[in-house]
Amino acid sequence: MTIDSTVIRKLVKATAERIVAHADELTALDQAIGDGDHGINMKRGFEAILADVDKISALPLPQALQAAGTILVMRVGGASGPLFGTLFMALGKALPDVPSRADAAQAFAAAIAAVQVRGKSEPGQKTMLDVLVPVQCALAGDRPLRDAAAEAAAATVPMKASRGRASFLGDRSIGHMDPGARSSQILIGAVLDVLEEKI
Amino acid sequence: MSKVGIVIVSHSAKVAEGAADMVRQMVGTEIPLAWCGGNPEGGLGTNVEAIMKAIDKAWSDKGVAILVDLGGAETNSEMAVEMLPAERRRKVVVCNSPIVEGSVMAATEASGGASLADVRRTAEELSPV
Repeated sequence: MTIDSTVIRKLVKATAERIVAHADELTALDQAIGDGDHGINMKRGFEAILADVDKISALPLPQALQAAGTILVMRVGGASGPLFGTLFMALGKALPDVPSRADAAQAFAAAIAAVQVRGKSEPGQKTMLDVLVPVQCALAGDRPLRDAAAEAAAATVPMKASRGRASFLGDRSIGHMDPGARSSQILIGAVLDVLEEKI
Repeated sequence: MSKVGIVIVSHSAKVAEGAADMVRQMVGTEIPLAWCGGNPEGGLGTNVEAIMKAIDKAWSDKGVAILVDLGGAETNSEMAVEMLPAERRRKVVVCNSPIVEGSVMAATEASGGASLADVRRTAEELSPV
């Protein structure tokens, strides 16, 4: 699939708009089991990406992703900055200019591995990985991604957190959706909307 | 004799500054010391750019030990280290120790001219090597 300058511009706008629209929801989720800044932090990062949309969309896809990732690292202000920043940067490093679905699945797997190293975490600990990993499996297995992301985010509700700030709560983290899993689902949804030409 | 530098990274600028004040009072001004705290807008959080600047400010050829408080401070510090030039990267460590006690212990060890590995071990074990 060719992801040219026009599509990259749409991707930047769609992801930023979606994060801004859900910022309060993400913050509310984070207030339940974290430190209550996930929505505002992600909003700050994605607004900074949006402010640079002209520069980013002039780049080939791999470099555009790396530029966006660097902005997240620098601007988010919480652990989610390096984590989502690493996801974007590693995706950029692993994707060819014109990726096939198989290329995307392979690059997504490499990006997930980088996030695991950065966060010293693994799936099942109630983190963003619990959405990213099932979505990568769906991507590799040619299954619908939107459903996989939604199911995976919902599946974090009964999980007990063992990584991140929510792990301080122990059993009290059970019964809430993980904010990073939810923001991952939101971002994936926005990307799919653009790539499926819904917006 | 060059001494290991100390960087203090907290979610709160007040905590970071307070820990640095304690280091200065207990250990003195002979070691390179820098602190940072807060997100890019000045609220609670941590900030990779500020951490990189603090590493630069406390730079020593003997290396720099970073003391952090909670998870995001650690993740952002590790990210900052990774974004340093390669020749500096291997001379910076993030210590796994409580921020106030670790800062004072690390600085005390550093003031005697100890190596980066010894400074880190002292901070992490909270007793001199």
